[in-house]
Amino acid sequence: MDQHTVLRVEGICKKLDGKTILDNCSLTVNRGELKVLIGPSGAGKSTLLQSINCLIPPDSGEIYLEGCQLDRTDKVALCAFRTQVGMIFQDFNLFDHLTAEANVAIALRKVRGMKADEARSRAQEELARVGLARRTQLYPAQLSGGQKQRVAIARALAMDPKVILLDEPTSALDPELVGEVLAVIRDLASGGMTMVMATHQMDFARALATEILFMERGRIIEQGAPNVLLAEGSGTRTRDFCQRLLEMGA
Amino acid sequence: MHSLQVVYDALPSILAGSLVTVSNVALSLFMGLLLGVPMAVSQVYGGAWLRRLVALYVWFFRGVPILVLLFLCYGLFISMGLAVNPFFISCIVLGCTSTAYQSQIFRGAIESLPRGQLNAARALGMRDNMAIRAIILPQALRLSLPGWANEFSILLKDSAICFVLGTQDIMARTSFAAARTHEHLALYAAAGVLYFVLTLVVLKLLRRLEQKVHVPGYSSGIGVESMGMG
Amino acid sequence: MLDTTFFANDLLPALNRGLLVSLALIIPSASLGFVGGVLLGCARAFGPRWLRRLGDAYTAIIRGVPLAVQLMMIYYALPKCGIFFPPFGAAMTSFVLCTAAYQSEYVRGALLSIRQGQIRAAQALGFSTVQTIAWIVIPQAARRALPGCGNEIVYLIKYSSLAYLVTCMELMGEGKVVASDTFRFTEVFLAVGAYYLAMVTLASLLLHRLEERFAIPGFGMR
Repeated sequence: MDQHTVLRVEGICKKLDGKTILDNCSLTVNRGELKVLIGPSGAGKSTLLQSINCLIPPDSGEIYLEGCQLDRTDKVALCAFRTQVGMIFQDFNLFDHLTAEANVAIALRKVRGMKADEARSRAQEELARVGLARRTQLYPAQLSGGQKQRVAIARALAMDPKVILLDEPTSALDPELVGEVLAVIRDLASGGMTMVMATHQMDFARALATEILFMERGRIIEQGAPNVLLAEGSGTRTRDFCQRLLEMGA
Repeated sequence: MHSLQVVYDALPSILAGSLVTVSNVALSLFMGLLLGVPMAVSQVYGGAWLRRLVALYVWFFRGVPILVLLFLCYGLFISMGLAVNPFFISCIVLGCTSTAYQSQIFRGAIESLPRGQLNAARALGMRDNMAIRAIILPQALRLSLPGWANEFSILLKDSAICFVLGTQDIMARTSFAAARTHEHLALYAAAGVLYFVLTLVVLKLLRRLEQKVHVPGYSSGIGVESMGMG
Repeated sequence: MLDTTFFANDLLPALNRGLLVSLALIIPSASLGFVGGVLLGCARAFGPRWLRRLGDAYTAIIRGVPLAVQLMMIYYALPKCGIFFPPFGAAMTSFVLCTAAYQSEYVRGALLSIRQGQIRAAQALGFSTVQTIAWIVIPQAARRALPGCGNEIVYLIKYSSLAYLVTCMELMGEGKVVASDTFRFTEVFLAVGAYYLAMVTLASLLLHRLEERFAIPGFGMR
């Protein structure tokens, strides 16, 4: 089993201003799995994802990528780790001064040391993969929200990550744009990409998640396959939460 | 200690000069307001030739140094055979310059208002004149306040140049005392402190004004503190 | 009415001489002042607390005191410290010190305006701190600071005329001498004004070109 484990996180804790944000969170992601984090806002989903690649440095806990423990104090190792762990942000965070193509290419060139034209053709390839072959020369301000998020996905994919963390990738989007982003993520999942995703899109989670992790007040309190957690009469917090989401949507 | 004594002795004269400085700035600022607002309105809503005329005026007064304008105005007064009053010339020069700058502050504010404002007023049956006076200007002037406060502190600093013509302001009295006592450094430092304090006091007053006319939902991004005082 | 011999023989040669001195004053002051402004701006944005305080205080003082006063103080203070500068040197020192403070304001603002998310995204891609600064922070901050910094250079061109106050014979000084000799203030200062207008217009044009050259659709419109 061990050689299948891509990412293992153990006992992550984080306090901010004396408030516990993450309380002893652990998770294991195997190759090709899609783990979905759900839970009310403020539960710590976003913090957990950002702690995994140390954008928010955790107070304690261990992170293993393919069995190798991450030494958070080693800056070079941390940068190398981050190139292998893709991150998709809620608010895209495209580099505002670069075209879509350059957004994808810049890390290839500056971090991977790729030649400019090589990086450019790779960027075009990745953008084509997310359906943006004809938008490569546009700047972030000229793209719709859905297109921006697809560029962000292409940017992460170009680094050949071993796992991608997605922090509510569709929650900043207008409803009619959610579909195009979810379609890209669905393609990635069926292509065998390993992913951890925080989302409120329950239908998507039910259909595609290998496992659902339910978070509340900084803890992962329930964990299991969607058909188990969401089964009628299962009486789980997860089902309860989803029921309420559904009612609000109706 | 000698220099402290000198500063102490010169202080009454320099403080009296600050009255001249303040009235110079106040008159120029007022003139700029009076002429700058119609200029801004005509630059945004006026016809092509009017816009070009305003742009020409702004270009000239933003491109020529105050010092040059002072001597130019002085020369014009002489060649027209008018009595030369340094204070009057200072006010005209600073006022004309400030008009140019203020018109651009107001123009920026007017242009930053959503396009729909004017249309909404028109839809209610207002004439454009009325809409500008009742809808556009009250909003634009509020938005202009921080920029206006900044313009005040610029004008106060610019007014220190007017002593070259003999305006009896802070600078003139300081340089007079300095020439007499040769305590240049101490005296100019005292003048610097005085200018600094004047800026502080007036900006504080303007900020109070800003709070008074504040309308919820309006913030013009740049607060008073970000400009005059650093 | 226009006395062409006066213009050709007396005024223009003197003004051209002054123009060279003005340029020799403006160009180094602007360059050094810009470098100083960048350093000061970085210190005020990211420096340790005491350095930030110090930088803020320096900027507040420079911005609260008229340049004429600063110029006089430096002109008369330096000899007391044993530094004997000719008027030109005193003027330049004062311009550099002043313009650096004003420039730092724009640099600081530009640096602080970069959103946290931009830095996060770079880190998430594995950029090191130096790489993040070089490829993400500077390209964005430079574009944000450019209009303000450019404006400051235009101001410097105009305010370089104050060097006349410490008897530096630049454009303004040469003009004043001719005007006092011939008592033709109007003509002389119209010509001097035209010289400054030309310099300011040219500089604005160049800066505008530069801005356009580096413009990015939708950037800085937030």
